Amino acid sequence: MTAELSAPLAGVRPLNRARPQLVTAYPSWFYLPAALIYGVLFLFPTIASLFFSLTRWTLFDWTFIGLGNFEQFFREPFLFQGLVNTLIYGVVTSGAKVVLGLLLGLLLTSDIIGRGYLRAVVFFPVLVSTVGVGITFTTMMHPTQGLLNESLALLGIKGPGWLTDPRFALLSVAAVDVWKGVGLATVIYMAGIVSIGSEYYEAAKIDGATAWQRFWTITLPLVKPATVTVVTLSLIGGLRSFDLIWAMTKGGPGFTSDVIASVIYKQYQAGFYGLSTAGNVVLFMMVAVIIVPLSWFLNRGETDR
Amino acid sequence: MLNFKTGTLVSAIAGILMGMTAASGSAWADDVTLSFLVDNAPSTVATAEALAAAFEAKNPGVNVEVESRPGGGDGDNIIKTRLATGEMTDVFMYNSGSLFQAINPVQNLVPLDDLSNFGNVLDSFKSVVTGTDGKVYGVPFGTAMGGGILYNKKIYAELGLSVPKSWAEFMANNEKVKAAGKAAVIQTFGDTWTSQLFVLGDFFNVQKAVPSFAADYTAGKAKYASTPAAMKGFERQEEVFKAGYLNEDFAAATFTDGVQKVATGEGAHYPMLTFAVSNIKELAPDNLGDVGFFAIPGDDAASNGLTTWMPGGFYIPKTTKHLEEAKAFANFIATTEACDVQTAAAGAAGPYLVKDCTLPSDVPPVVSDMLPYFQTEGATAPALEFLSPIKGPALEQITVEVGSGIRAAADGAALYDEDVKKQAQQLGLPGW
Repeated sequence: MTAELSAPLAGVRPLNRARPQLVTAYPSWFYLPAALIYGVLFLFPTIASLFFSLTRWTLFDWTFIGLGNFEQFFREPFLFQGLVNTLIYGVVTSGAKVVLGLLLGLLLTSDIIGRGYLRAVVFFPVLVSTVGVGITFTTMMHPTQGLLNESLALLGIKGPGWLTDPRFALLSVAAVDVWKGVGLATVIYMAGIVSIGSEYYEAAKIDGATAWQRFWTITLPLVKPATVTVVTLSLIGGLRSFDLIWAMTKGGPGFTSDVIASVIYKQYQAGFYGLSTAGNVVLFMMVAVIIVPLSWFLNRGETDR
Repeated sequence: MLNFKTGTLVSAIAGILMGMTAASGSAWADDVTLSFLVDNAPSTVATAEALAAAFEAKNPGVNVEVESRPGGGDGDNIIKTRLATGEMTDVFMYNSGSLFQAINPVQNLVPLDDLSNFGNVLDSFKSVVTGTDGKVYGVPFGTAMGGGILYNKKIYAELGLSVPKSWAEFMANNEKVKAAGKAAVIQTFGDTWTSQLFVLGDFFNVQKAVPSFAADYTAGKAKYASTPAAMKGFERQEEVFKAGYLNEDFAAATFTDGVQKVATGEGAHYPMLTFAVSNIKELAPDNLGDVGFFAIPGDDAASNGLTTWMPGGFYIPKTTKHLEEAKAFANFIATTEACDVQTAAAGAAGPYLVKDCTLPSDVPPVVSDMLPYFQTEGATAPALEFLSPIKGPALEQITVEVGSGIRAAADGAALYDEDVKKQAQQLGLPGW
């Protein structure tokens, strides 16, 4: 019935309604300063970097080489490994932050002793400088003199070289990233959980739902907006992560924990400015290709509800 | 191919500024402050500050402010960026050889051929700071060095070992040190640059086997992976790892750890440049006499020789506002007096590249072990980076991988060839 009514209405243009851009509170030139800043600081560098990614550039002069940089970027084994590592790093950190953030969010919104203190403790690492965290953990993860392996040695376990064994280096850094970033995810989840109306839980309790059922059928679906936010933020953060990796392993040992951002930085250090710019374009594309469909997919479910 | 020179305008402006400075004549009455950028190694900073103080004492009215920057890749980056943006200090110190070529000297630096003391600079140094236009752009800062193996003399005495002249002898020594329960070879991959010595320090042996390697390599004709003599460096790095000769924490240890280990006898051999002598002096002064030095041995004991490193250069960027004072400083550095100032400040790690400069008679054994190589005809060869403008920037990561068993030697050499190709293309060399 609603369909019958709304169908003809939808076809009629609302003549008396002003067009959206005319409703704005300020004259258009008010936007000029912002547009100028955006143009100079964002638009121009973006276009310039697209251009320089097609050149061999020494900062002093440049030579146009077409797509040569991109070809080079994908041909080199360690650049490609960086691409794979970036994906691993993004997915692992993002996944762990979702799971741990949700669990901590549940814990810290329930009635527990010292809740305020625990909330502060969980959030604290977010406030600390990444490089500081990186250096601290690098010291603790030292294969022979680190706190971690010395503690394990007391238990009679010989700990691995967390940052020096190629099998563990990337995952060790990812673990520190999760430690540092999970506080933010927790806060987002706490806000999501608190905003769920208590009537759902009361109704479920009356129906005799177990705690597990309440979590699975009420909390989880209703914190979906929070999940979307956490996944999007942490995945973007993970894919373009640089500071922590650089502070801890510099992509090492060798190239085994290189991600795209660290590879790009190394190219820049080496003076391959065109190549590193091309790497940035690749990183931009990759983040866009992953995040745009993902956020569309995640948000679509939300508007349907 | 399009080729724009964005630097032309910059250099034109710089030229005008230079003209103005020159025109103002010797207006030294006003106080002038020269900023001087050096790397942050304690010995470099000490040397720079001593030189600055000595120069100030001779030139009242001129102050020199020493600024420091990180070494390694971060430092390269700072130098290139500051030069490109015109933010470089009035004078600065930086590597000679291939890294010098990568900062575009002809466009960015002031030629120093017209200094009155220019004749004091030895030709072997001039050749590593000469731009593509044939002009010389630097004076030597510091001393020449050897790249080889620092060894602990106490361990050698205890185990009755003698300095190896061939690779086989070296490996035999390693076996005995290992049997005695000590680290035979110290590696410190926590500072990745320290991993390159087996490859770079083997160049004397490469050149002995293939005399045309440097030229062919620059022309893009000789490759590491396809030249057996050049591959040796990678293979040897792999060999010491596979034999289990390394210190337990090789993957995380740093350069200072390595210096301490070899000085205090925790390990027997540390492949390193001889400038480490100043670090030994600082970190383990009591053990300075316990550390000796020998060149990385090749296959044949009969042709034993040393791969040498040229000192860094002292340069003046075109953007300096105090060209006259800067040149006076450069002129001072090319004197025997400046050599003595440097020796007093940080100790000499090898012979100076300024005419008539002498070393004190009581140099530590690392230096006295090295000098005979320099005094023997044909017993030294400059490292490849001083014979060719190309040095691949990823070598240190590759040698870390080869040296910790992550990548096979042949694979590492092939990967380095790719890296070199990138650098050659970036420099715009013909034949790549």
